[in-house]
Amino acid sequence: MFKSFLIKYGEIGLKGKNRHVFEDALVKQIYFGLKDVEGEFKVSKEQGRIYVDALSEYDYDETLEALTRVFGIVGICPMVQIEDEGFDNLAAFIADYMGKVYGDRELTFKVHARRARKNYPLESMEINARLGEKILDAYPNMKVDVHDPDVLLCVEIRNKISIYSEEIPGCGGMPIGTNGKAMLLLSGGIDSPVAGWMIAKRGVQIEATYFHAPPYTSERAKQKVVDLATQMSKYTGPIKLNIVNFTDPQLYIYENAPHEQLTIIMRRYMMKIAEELATKSGSMALVTGESLGQVASQTIQSLYTTNEVCTMPVFRPLIGFDKQDIITIAEKIGTYETSILPFEDCCTIFVAKHPVTKPILHIIQRSEKKIEEKMDELCKIAIDTVETVICQ
Amino acid sequence: MDDRLVYLDNSATTRVYSEVAELMCKIMTEDYGNPSSRHTKGIEAEAHIKNAKTILAKLIKVNEKEILFTSGGTESNNLALIGVTEANKRAGNHVIVSDIEHPSVAETAKRLEELGYNVSKLPVTDKGVVDIAKFKEMLTEDTVLVSTMFVNNETGAVAPIEQMGALIREHAPKAFFHVDAVQAFGKYKIYPKKMNIDLLSVSGHKIHGPKGVGFLYINEKVKIKPIMFGGGQQNGLRSGTDNVPGIAGLALAAQMIYTDFESKIAKMYALKERLIDGISRMPDVYINSIRGEEAAPHIINASFLGVRSEVLLNTFVASGICVSAGSACSSHKQTVSSTLKAMGADIKRMDSAIRFSMCEFTTEEEIDRCIEVLEKELPMLRRFVRK
Repeated sequence: MFKSFLIKYGEIGLKGKNRHVFEDALVKQIYFGLKDVEGEFKVSKEQGRIYVDALSEYDYDETLEALTRVFGIVGICPMVQIEDEGFDNLAAFIADYMGKVYGDRELTFKVHARRARKNYPLESMEINARLGEKILDAYPNMKVDVHDPDVLLCVEIRNKISIYSEEIPGCGGMPIGTNGKAMLLLSGGIDSPVAGWMIAKRGVQIEATYFHAPPYTSERAKQKVVDLATQMSKYTGPIKLNIVNFTDPQLYIYENAPHEQLTIIMRRYMMKIAEELATKSGSMALVTGESLGQVASQTIQSLYTTNEVCTMPVFRPLIGFDKQDIITIAEKIGTYETSILPFEDCCTIFVAKHPVTKPILHIIQRSEKKIEEKMDELCKIAIDTVETVICQ
Repeated sequence: MDDRLVYLDNSATTRVYSEVAELMCKIMTEDYGNPSSRHTKGIEAEAHIKNAKTILAKLIKVNEKEILFTSGGTESNNLALIGVTEANKRAGNHVIVSDIEHPSVAETAKRLEELGYNVSKLPVTDKGVVDIAKFKEMLTEDTVLVSTMFVNNETGAVAPIEQMGALIREHAPKAFFHVDAVQAFGKYKIYPKKMNIDLLSVSGHKIHGPKGVGFLYINEKVKIKPIMFGGGQQNGLRSGTDNVPGIAGLALAAQMIYTDFESKIAKMYALKERLIDGISRMPDVYINSIRGEEAAPHIINASFLGVRSEVLLNTFVASGICVSAGSACSSHKQTVSSTLKAMGADIKRMDSAIRFSMCEFTTEEEIDRCIEVLEKELPMLRRFVRK
């Protein structure tokens, strides 16, 4: 019976003069979110509200699912709109609505009318009372509870009358594109897609960088990352994925740097390359999936040492998360299944049996000094030969 | 298709003969009837099935009614193991399978164990060949089923089928002998009745036929129960609408693969030697397959010590060569089934094994290309072994 949805947005409602920028971004993201859903939709803003109207036959469940993935939406209310044809007509419709949506269930309810059109003949309180009465008469199992009702029936009187009583929680956050752009270091693991999702949720457009090392890593490992970015894009919108061939720099480090420092030096160079790509793309921050203490390269000493090469802010939204918390989100956003496929990525290929867990910055810098010249050259080639894929 | 692509993964699957594809296409678009239907279209379709049966029965010298069509190797193996044990419960409780079976036998055997059967695992020698002396000791009055593969899919080792058949007749009179011939059919002439084989599994897509179809030869004296139930097709032993195009394609492929048979096999053996000669010249290589005609003509398994299979595989991919990792065991996967492990190979050998598998279309140029890539890339790859 529902042909429309009222979209509730929280935080962005607070944004003073920029409000329309946020609302426009949200409208755009809703259209993007609905592009693969069966049916034709119109998204409109009016009087501080955003509505999604189905213009054709559509799939209700798919639509709701798509809307719950759009950042910036706090709640989605399936809604019925009718023309104003007098109060009696409205009352009859409301009685019919309650029956259709709730049957003759035992429940408590409250009518909440909003008279945005002030020339409507009845006042809000009066509307509440009379509609409540109508419902009580029609359904003996329903009772009024004005403090903690099971069902809050909202009736909004504008040019048309909107009726809704359910609110499905949205995923919150802010619409993509309202908060600049950041470069995500995306591996094939569980953490980095979650980190990207969390930053995207704050309205940040995500671009991603992946390091592969053929033939040590396979085409399938690369495909896995493309698949992950594609899954993320259901939330974030299209993701431009930069695929960096890291084989030569990695082999050079492997042959010329102290073995136990391998990972930390490699990560420093990855950050450098990612930052350079980020600058090129207009990103203003890097995003990683690091979580404090999870592995040798994520101790506080290691993070200090890798962080030192960057001038941009590095966002690590998972820093205080336990693995299980991360997995829970990964499952929710649908990246987990792909993340656990068993293909090696370049972080797992050349690892020392006993890597340093407490690297000391000046020692690492000294090791790097010896390989610097050649590494700069190799990294430049890696950046110049980067392959990009738009994942959506 | 890229002309330069070298396909040496024929044990995984093969290219379908164009004649087979054409025939199947014709059946799908013209003779599309259901053989169970009693009208013109149904009769047409039934004729294809009848014809396929005649061809296959003749090829392996059995009666037409002893051929049962299935969806391929896995179903044939499942039916053989589960169907036979279930129908012969009262005859005995003991089943023997070899240590190097394909998962469709190994996993089914595990299931039999769960159901309460006593399953013995027959060990193999360091060459991957069934240990015949141990086999003899395992046979008992209580043995109802022995299952072994004819040609091992990972190494090409050949089981002493005739000897095993004879021993079964002598020492386990109640046992039926099932042979998984998925890798052997088309490479050996197989006559179940002369080899004491009671059940034989064959798959279409390993012999340039279609995927999703195969057959199980079941000697008429074998007691067997169905594992799928439904419309009662194939005398109630395998319900489900007959896969007419698949069955016709399977039979034509079988006929074609056994045409000019001797010369095809001789050519493959020559190529096998050529490849083994080529890679034996390289340092730190271990050939896991048996050389020469003691083993199958089309499978060569070799370990390139110090280079992980996955890495070498990726290198081959970049050079347009398709091969397989030689062992089902990898660092991130749990061991599924590893013939090399059963042969007592160490981790280094298992970790670096590659399987090359040929078919009648394989050429000298392809083999040489393969050797060339190895000669060029191995030194580079070995520079970066894991410390």
